[in-house]
Amino acid sequence: MNRLHTRFAELKRQNRAALVAFVTAGDPDYDASLAILRGLPKAGADVIELGMPFTDPMADGPSIQLANVRALANSQNLAATLRMVREFREEDSDTPLVLMGYFNPIHRYDVPRFIAEAREAGVDGLIVVDLPPEHDSDLCDPARAAGIDFIRLTTPTTDDRRLPTVLGGSSGFVYYVSVAGVTGAGAATLEHVEQAVARLRRHTELPVCVGFGIRTPEHAASIARLADGVVVGSALVDRIAANGDRALAIDAVLDLCAQLAEGVRGARH
Amino acid sequence: MTSLRNGPDANGLFGTFGGQYVAETLMPLIHELAAEYGKAGNDPEFHEELAYFQRDYIGRPSPLYFAERLTEHCGGAKIYLKREELNHTGAHKVNNCIGQILLARRMGKRRIIAETGAGMHGVATATVAARFGLQCVIYMGTTDIDRQQANVFRMKLLGAEVVPVTSGTGTLKDAMNEALRDWVTNVDSTFYLIGTVAGPHPYPAMVRDFQAVIGKETREQLVEKEGRLPDSLVACIGGGSNAMGLFHPFLDDKSVRIVGVEAAGHGIGTGKHAASLNGGMPGVLHGNRTFLLQDDDGQIIDAHSASAGLDYPGIGPEHAWLHDIGRVEYTSITDDEALDAFHTCCRLEGIIPALESAHALAEVFKRAPTLSREHLMVVNLSGRGDKDMQTVMHHMAATAEKENEA
Repeated sequence: MNRLHTRFAELKRQNRAALVAFVTAGDPDYDASLAILRGLPKAGADVIELGMPFTDPMADGPSIQLANVRALANSQNLAATLRMVREFREEDSDTPLVLMGYFNPIHRYDVPRFIAEAREAGVDGLIVVDLPPEHDSDLCDPARAAGIDFIRLTTPTTDDRRLPTVLGGSSGFVYYVSVAGVTGAGAATLEHVEQAVARLRRHTELPVCVGFGIRTPEHAASIARLADGVVVGSALVDRIAANGDRALAIDAVLDLCAQLAEGVRGARH
Repeated sequence: MTSLRNGPDANGLFGTFGGQYVAETLMPLIHELAAEYGKAGNDPEFHEELAYFQRDYIGRPSPLYFAERLTEHCGGAKIYLKREELNHTGAHKVNNCIGQILLARRMGKRRIIAETGAGMHGVATATVAARFGLQCVIYMGTTDIDRQQANVFRMKLLGAEVVPVTSGTGTLKDAMNEALRDWVTNVDSTFYLIGTVAGPHPYPAMVRDFQAVIGKETREQLVEKEGRLPDSLVACIGGGSNAMGLFHPFLDDKSVRIVGVEAAGHGIGTGKHAASLNGGMPGVLHGNRTFLLQDDDGQIIDAHSASAGLDYPGIGPEHAWLHDIGRVEYTSITDDEALDAFHTCCRLEGIIPALESAHALAEVFKRAPTLSREHLMVVNLSGRGDKDMQTVMHHMAATAEKENEA
């Protein structure tokens, strides 16, 4: 039984949604990033999404673009990101951890090597923005064969005809990108999210997590009433940008995470 | 023999290159675009309309000109220039823009976005958007805005909004990232008019088809003048659209040697270049698998070339494939070699070439002297050099300074 499955089953029993917290590996530097990673579960993150830095994050808005710039300036690469996961796992064997990013660094690292090392490090799932189902053989198929979940993004433009194709190779959970746009920009109406989640549930048994544009505990709570998980990324990453001092940045991220967790946990009571 | 002209396959692949590596939000859009492009291709009305605008708006066919003095200068192969610089807006870019804008109109899109490096694609896009009364937004890196101010002004005159892109190094790849971010945000209203034979399928094939008019005309014109096909073709390559347009109709003609010229910048050994095939590795960026300038971690390295239009760390996937199978030979030319060729062309033919095209000319000047007088060589003069005055002036001043010091 993998960690994602166990965690979502557990939360279903508790009748609450998951808080999925996104941070970029190596932002603002390796040590501070590892400290944030280690602090997130205690601050209430149920699932961690760890960004793999890339020079050309085409689907990301300014906040996460800058997070990538900061991490790359400190030489964060895929090997360092996998090392960070291994170090995280030394202290935490329960919290599901998903790597998110773009395909080129993985392609360059070598796909079989990446899958073997990711599995060994304790990675539970992958979200690769620029690998649609049309390219499943590149990474999705071998990753799933190795027991790593492949989490798909579904979007407002994914219509009923395409949805089965997108969900076909999905596992772990389904990530609903609630606005057509880049990360951090705009926010969908609750009515839109409610309808979209209902539509997805007609097509899949997998937990549905909703992200893009969710910034506050109140907003997270309102999404938590509708979906199985709430993804917050840019708002957390902005706390790093706002605090030049490493210790303050770590506290600021974990503090916001705790507030968001409170919102999510209290949502259905 | 199986044809080399049938690519890509149903998945948008040329061998192992190409594909559709984009975010899910865009997948339904590019499938729709591929379907609409397929329909347009089978519609005689679309072809008639395209032919009309090619003739009366762009000014096609462009002449195939025997460059007598360059031929004398080299003392070998007979050199012909395909005069794409005489097109409306001064480069080959408009061939593609007119095709895509007709498609955008068929699809009912009211807003056009594009990326631009040197500004020629931006100007061509702004031009056709003005002609068809569509809103136009051009993404351009701040570095490029600084070195191509005349083109920025041109785009604004034509009614386009030019959005400066500060992310990354402020060049073409960053402009393309930003255009993709716009497209993913404005999916319903917007048509992304990509300027080269790159991006997700169907763009590489579609842009090639619109540019293939260059090679088709060349074929007819040379047969008319010389009674036979050329012995060699030479064109410069950034993304590779002018080259693909010239090369594609000749891919199955084994007797035609085909040469693509990448920008070597300060020299491939220095790391400061834009030669994806000669100095890069396969990878995935901007929707396609192709050769990319990247480091050992798969991070994209900035390209460098004196010519803004070649300053891109990737190359169209069909070129990557043609390189892989060895059908086309890909060489490279440095900034200095291109600038020398630029001056030679100005002085001997009274034609000011774009710095991009000067790379192709420099390759011609290396090859032509070694070939017989019967050898027919066609070089694509893809654009005119008016936009490059500032760059050339700076370079001449820097050279003069160096000489004074020495």
